[in-house]
Amino acid sequence: MQQSSLYQEEHHPSPLQYTWMEFKNNHIAVAGLFCFAFFLIITVFCPLLAPFDPNMQQTGDLMIPPAWDPNGGISHVFGTDALGRDLLSRIIYGCRMTFGISLLLVIVAMLLGVGLGALAGMSRGFRSSFLNHTLDSIQAIPTLLIAIIIIAILGPGLVNSMWAIALALIPQFMHQTRDFVRHELSKEYIMAAKLDGASKTHIFAHSILPNMGEMLVVQATLALSISILDISALGFLKLGAQAPSSELGAMLLEGIDVAYIAPWTIALPGGALFMMIISINLVGDGLRSALRNRLLH
Amino acid sequence: MDLINVEALTFQNRTKSMWSKSKVTFDLGPVSFNVKSGETLAIVGNNSSGKSLLAKLLVGLETPKSGKIFMNGVELNKSNISVRCHDIRMIFQNSNDSLNPGLTLGSILEEPLRLNTKLNGQQRRSLIEQTLRQVGLMAEHQFFYRHMLSDGQRQRIALARALILNPKVIVADEPFAALDPSVRSQAVNLLMKLQRDLGLGFIFISHNLGIVRHISDKVIIMKDGKVVESGKTDAIFNWPKNEYTKKLVDSHQALINGQNNQR
Repeated sequence: MQQSSLYQEEHHPSPLQYTWMEFKNNHIAVAGLFCFAFFLIITVFCPLLAPFDPNMQQTGDLMIPPAWDPNGGISHVFGTDALGRDLLSRIIYGCRMTFGISLLLVIVAMLLGVGLGALAGMSRGFRSSFLNHTLDSIQAIPTLLIAIIIIAILGPGLVNSMWAIALALIPQFMHQTRDFVRHELSKEYIMAAKLDGASKTHIFAHSILPNMGEMLVVQATLALSISILDISALGFLKLGAQAPSSELGAMLLEGIDVAYIAPWTIALPGGALFMMIISINLVGDGLRSALRNRLLH
Repeated sequence: MDLINVEALTFQNRTKSMWSKSKVTFDLGPVSFNVKSGETLAIVGNNSSGKSLLAKLLVGLETPKSGKIFMNGVELNKSNISVRCHDIRMIFQNSNDSLNPGLTLGSILEEPLRLNTKLNGQQRRSLIEQTLRQVGLMAEHQFFYRHMLSDGQRQRIALARALILNPKVIVADEPFAALDPSVRSQAVNLLMKLQRDLGLGFIFISHNLGIVRHISDKVIIMKDGKVVESGKTDAIFNWPKNEYTKKLVDSHQALINGQNNQR
């Protein structure tokens, strides 16, 4: 194995590598990234990881405390809830539901939002300003409120709440994309692309989109934390996922009834939710500052 | 035979307003000139004299109010825009802004080829490498990004981007303004060499009368959108007729004499 490099090669990182180098220096953000990866693994492999069926009721084992409690047992590491269901399995499946669905919603909202935003950014005149002002005014209302309004029309249920949250997330992506496209369009390299004979779609796909990746990643982490909070809030309000399902917000609602006798039924799902959101926010914040530092160089 | 022939080109910039009558804020022209192949035309003038606007009119970024541009005797208009993309190429003033930060230089150079030629991937790559060598860079530079290059190298990339389609005319908007003197003279010599080799018509805009006198065959002096004086470089620098031209040439001479006296 060659230890020293013979040639004095200068290392020139690409913009993406540069962002990663900046991101690595922020240790808290890297810890957040590991936490994020942990939840991602749980989401993908949850049937292999969960020890029990999340909805299986063991009538002999009601409200067993977690393993670290003197009365707890090792067979139920996180204890059981009021109906005798294993809490660890329920939390693992709950992570899949809350996290996985949010991820899906953010991807859908991002595709639609970026498409519409590009349309609004590249066009001029009435069409552009109509799209812009309508969605600006929608953006002024919190997403949870919009979701509740949409659910009031469609009726409660997990699928309806998914629709509602996806619709509520689209304006943010659209607004960001439109601003970015407008900003880039005034730059000289777009003029150079125009002189190459590029059409509008070509300019967007080949000149603007390669520069937009980072903005999208930052916006997506923000949207992901919003979407997780909204999904679980709607579950908690009985507007989203309904009672037997292992959605984290719905689990919190079930735990409320026995909060004084079995506090772990609230603390553990709440803790999972907390870890999820904090890791996403740490990653998003780390990315934002990494990008800012990269631009300063 | 003229390579490019411009006849009475005019342009008006108006304020756009819904309620009041639109006002003319800037009036360009009429401008007429011709450039033969291998010839260099310099456009000189103070700030806001319409030089850059003239360059944009030539490459087709703006539409003229009246006047015609002929290329080898064929009029250029909206119907043959691809001819214009192919034959007239522009070099921007700030080469840093004119390169896309998110793309490698190879893909920046590939874009005009993909849009204007029918070459396949292999041919495109070999043409890119050939052009990079032509402007004095290495083939490896196609994997670099904008921020890895120095100003002089960026200027070379901008030149490569203009040359890669084998154009007949290059329009350059102050191509040497952002460069330091040594790199500037390198770039000037490179351009003159390529022009000699390829027989390009070269139209360039500059503040620097030293460079203008060094490389251009003809000069147009502009002021407030009007052509003040035009003609052969020697004639204008030695026997300026107009008052404004005299002032420009005198200040240039004073600068040179001052430098000589200091030594």
